[in-house]
Amino acid sequence: MLTTPRPIRLKGRSYLALTLKPDLPIEDWLMRLDDLAARSPGFFLRRPVVLDVEELDIDRTQLRALSTQLAARNVRVLGIEGARPSALAPDLPPAMSGGRDSGETVEESTAPASGRSVVVERIVETQPRKASSSLILDENVRSGQSIIHLDGDVTVMGNIASGAEVIAGGSIHVYGTLRGRALAGAMGNGEARIFCRRLEAELVSIDGLYKTADDLGPDIRGHAVQFWLNGETFNVGSLA
Amino acid sequence: MGKVVVVTSGKGGVGKTTSSAALGAALARGGERVAVVDFDVGLRNLDLVMGAERRVVYDLVNVIQGEAKLSQALIRDKRLETLHLLPASQTRDKDNLTPEGVEAVIGALKESFDWVICDSPAGIERGATLAMRHADVAIVVTNPEVSSVRDSDRIIGLLDSKTVKAENGERMEKHLLLTRYSPSRAERGDMLKVDDVLEILSIPLLGIIPESMDVLRASNLGAPVTLADEHSAPALAYFDAVKRLRGENLPVTIPGEKRSFFGKFFGRKAA
Ligand SMILES: Nc1ncnc2c1ncn2[C@@H]1O[C@H](COP(=O)(O)OP(=O)(O)OP(=O)(O)O)[C@@H](O)[C@H]1O
Ligand SMILES: [Mg+2]
Repeated sequence: MLTTPRPIRLKGRSYLALTLKPDLPIEDWLMRLDDLAARSPGFFLRRPVVLDVEELDIDRTQLRALSTQLAARNVRVLGIEGARPSALAPDLPPAMSGGRDSGETVEESTAPASGRSVVVERIVETQPRKASSSLILDENVRSGQSIIHLDGDVTVMGNIASGAEVIAGGSIHVYGTLRGRALAGAMGNGEARIFCRRLEAELVSIDGLYKTADDLGPDIRGHAVQFWLNGETFNVGSLA
Repeated sequence: MGKVVVVTSGKGGVGKTTSSAALGAALARGGERVAVVDFDVGLRNLDLVMGAERRVVYDLVNVIQGEAKLSQALIRDKRLETLHLLPASQTRDKDNLTPEGVEAVIGALKESFDWVICDSPAGIERGATLAMRHADVAIVVTNPEVSSVRDSDRIIGLLDSKTVKAENGERMEKHLLLTRYSPSRAERGDMLKVDDVLEILSIPLLGIIPESMDVLRASNLGAPVTLADEHSAPALAYFDAVKRLRGENLPVTIPGEKRSFFGKFFGRKAA
């Protein structure tokens, strides 16, 4: 028997999600995805992923097939954006929309304190944002920590450890060694750069384009370098 | 008020228990009162290494559950009257360690001992986080190999976030104890270099303990290596580590090399 009528509260909360935007032919796209997964094991592990099929002409059977293919790769799709209503079904992840506007308030979490950062923001292809605030970390970012700062640049005075990651809306500056992952321009800013005094990274990414450890040749490993984008091409240069 | 030291690592089998016993005995030899606490509930080991396994009557869990008094559970060492052991339970589940219970026990130990040394279980779960929770100082035990170093890095992150000190916005004092260092493997390039480990972890070096048969021999005798064979290489390294723990600025020599450097100076920031 319920005596006190305590209402159930439903609160809105938005989260940072990765988006995957497949292109045709799907087989080729899946191969590229496998390639990324093979070179950066665990990249999708436990991360919410939104599947953006806006620009794909895809029906329910195909969408189901794609969803199965992704599940087989341990990619957990929490929602589908841009699908025709007729393509959706109860056994598929729900439709999502409205992830496109930028300029929403972002609650940054600098959180070395919790080792886990929850970021209140939706990220699905936003307009490039102006870097408005920068975050400076005096300490190493330790293995297992995740620093998410979508409002601007992140400067790390120490190292980013293997198994640690920094995700920034703007550029990432590392005065120590970059061993973990650095994802700059995460809100869709192709102007963002990554700078580090010593490169040993597991993954670097700017505006969704990425390089994994295997792409970082011995000529730049161990060196002071910067990464930037020129259109769709990833550039790396010495910081000598 | 005594100092609470956690001996922790993340990775298993790197030498936490060996080091807890050796450091505890080395401190106690100097006349200070020392309690070594086994937090490895379900897999206790410290009693064996300290040669007290047949004298365990009550344990940490009994004290926390109110089934025994702290004074009943503490075992005084037969060789050194300043050295005491609070054993873990071998039969109970680690869920019996409650945060309040641990806090009360550590608080009481601090009243009557100069040093409270907490031997942490491996991992980053409850047992390990409770062992570090009330520490004033952390000794991070690391072997010179990649997985151990990365796990230690993870543990340092937890020391800086999950401890009472960190939650109060204070800095946890952290020291690196590099154990099982083998000069011959170092020469062959099979191990990470000391400088690389220090660069990755960026905490001051407390000492380098060589890989040695003397450690096995001591644990078979049921004595901390600093009691069993005080002139052995690992014992000497532990004695030096204890001097540094007390604040002495003593250069660290890399076993097998002429080179030495000041641990306190190493790492960009003294923690
Ligand atoms: N310096 C050393 N030289 C040789 N053997 C060592 C040395 N240090 C530790 N060992 C051996 O390594 C093994 C593991 O040591 P120990 O039990 O101290 O590790 P631990 O970190 O406490 O392990 P666990 O995570 O299981 O609690 C033991 O057999 C011990 O004798
Ligand atoms: Mg142990």
